[in-house]
Amino acid sequence: MIGLNVVYAAAAVTFAIFAILSARERRWANTLFYALIALSFAAGDRLGDVANGVLVLALVGIAASGRMRRGEAAAPAEDRHGARVFIPALVIPAVALAGTLIFKRMPDVVDPKQATLVALTLGVVIALLLCAAMLRARPVEPFAAGRGLIDDIGWVAVMPQMLASLGAVFALAGVGQVVGSLIGQVIPAGSILGAVLAYALGMALFTIVMGNAFAAFPVMASAVGVPLLIKGAGADAAMVAAIGMLAGFCGTLMTPMAANFNLLPAVLLDLKDKYAVIRAQVPTALPLLAFNIALLYAMIA
Amino acid sequence: MLVLAGIVVIAGGFLLRFNPLLVIVASALVTGLAAGLDPLKVLATFGHAFNETRYVTAIYIVLPVIGLLERRGLQARARSLVAGLRGATTGRLLAGYLLFRQVTAALGLISVAGPAQTVRPLVAPMAEAAAERQGAGPDDAERVKAMAAATDTVGLFFGEDIFLAVGSILLMKGVLEGYGIILEPYQLSIWAIPTAIAAFVIHGMRLMLLDRRLARGATPR
Repeated sequence: MIGLNVVYAAAAVTFAIFAILSARERRWANTLFYALIALSFAAGDRLGDVANGVLVLALVGIAASGRMRRGEAAAPAEDRHGARVFIPALVIPAVALAGTLIFKRMPDVVDPKQATLVALTLGVVIALLLCAAMLRARPVEPFAAGRGLIDDIGWVAVMPQMLASLGAVFALAGVGQVVGSLIGQVIPAGSILGAVLAYALGMALFTIVMGNAFAAFPVMASAVGVPLLIKGAGADAAMVAAIGMLAGFCGTLMTPMAANFNLLPAVLLDLKDKYAVIRAQVPTALPLLAFNIALLYAMIA
Repeated sequence: MLVLAGIVVIAGGFLLRFNPLLVIVASALVTGLAAGLDPLKVLATFGHAFNETRYVTAIYIVLPVIGLLERRGLQARARSLVAGLRGATTGRLLAGYLLFRQVTAALGLISVAGPAQTVRPLVAPMAEAAAERQGAGPDDAERVKAMAAATDTVGLFFGEDIFLAVGSILLMKGVLEGYGIILEPYQLSIWAIPTAIAAFVIHGMRLMLLDRRLARGATPR
């Protein structure tokens, strides 16, 4: 079955080439960092949990050493292809879109849960072939250019994955239950408004701490949502769950812990302030959180 | 209570600007020790989760294509395309992208767009070109680019929950089943629609305000 295995193989090859290109320029810290990521993609399932943990420590050690270097400024772009340059760029989302719809109908061949990622990988391969055919790019050229971009991103590249792993340790240590019981204690008995506020603000706050609403939902559902709102006030369960999750998403917009949504774009866009994207999101997130609280309260009271 | 020490480490470490990766590992270790876990168990848990979440990092396979196209003039072309469009303002352009992102995410097409796939190569340069035409100064470029990234995220978050098979819907269904509450995914996804509309209205209004601010910046102060 085609699934994440194909996606990970493509990622392993990409990072291995990044490592080789870095080695040719004697950028050793970058070389080692990309080689370890390539190893993780190629053989992570065979390494075992402790070895994967050691691999993480090695990545952190390289990042903290401060020896990773940024890319050199590339020569200014030459505009010699005209609008043709859009075609490979648009092929990636187009193939991802069409591929998702087609692959979902072929559950025996492609893992339906990973249809979009598989289609995206296929789109990248087709776009690379188009780059060679239409733009006369030599095979190494895209990877040299891509290495410039990954050098600019640097160790931030693995931060989202690191934060997700921290979430797993938090879950194992029971951080959620402790926060949930603390929030449960502050609600005045019998107050629906108090329970609504504690539930929605708790979802947002907890998400800000954990970096994702998925970790917050089971905790807030057990602390407030199910006992006080669904069972206590007789509220519609689907409504309470869905709006609570969306209140959590408002929290995701406001936290550096959600690095892939909030910090990575600032690096990709070369912004001077690494919190600029969060600053741009907060004025949308707060009124939207208020809307969710009002909607929840209006539907219960 | 002691397990909350890891949260203190994270917040403090970020504030004091230590290397964030180092802070994350330190927080994991402190949390694990506070919960009475063996450090090796913490390392194994972290390593296991790291391996299970590799799909987050797999998105960088788009970098070679994007990098090559940028060197062949992609961003310059995106700019000149907008420069030729009458009536294209930063706000209208981003509002259109917001709608596109919400609708495609609601259809389950989450990885079709994103910061690396669409915002850096296409959306941000287009928004910047429109802002320059509106008379924005160099100081505004940073704000416009940040807003382009913010628009992508808002569109994704408040579109995807309308889709039936997205992770968060399945999580809610699973958690509530644990309490004996059986729901169909569509019952949950219907309740994502009011907030999706509110997100479009609120963020859309901010985009219109951005247009007004850019226009004001154009007049001599």
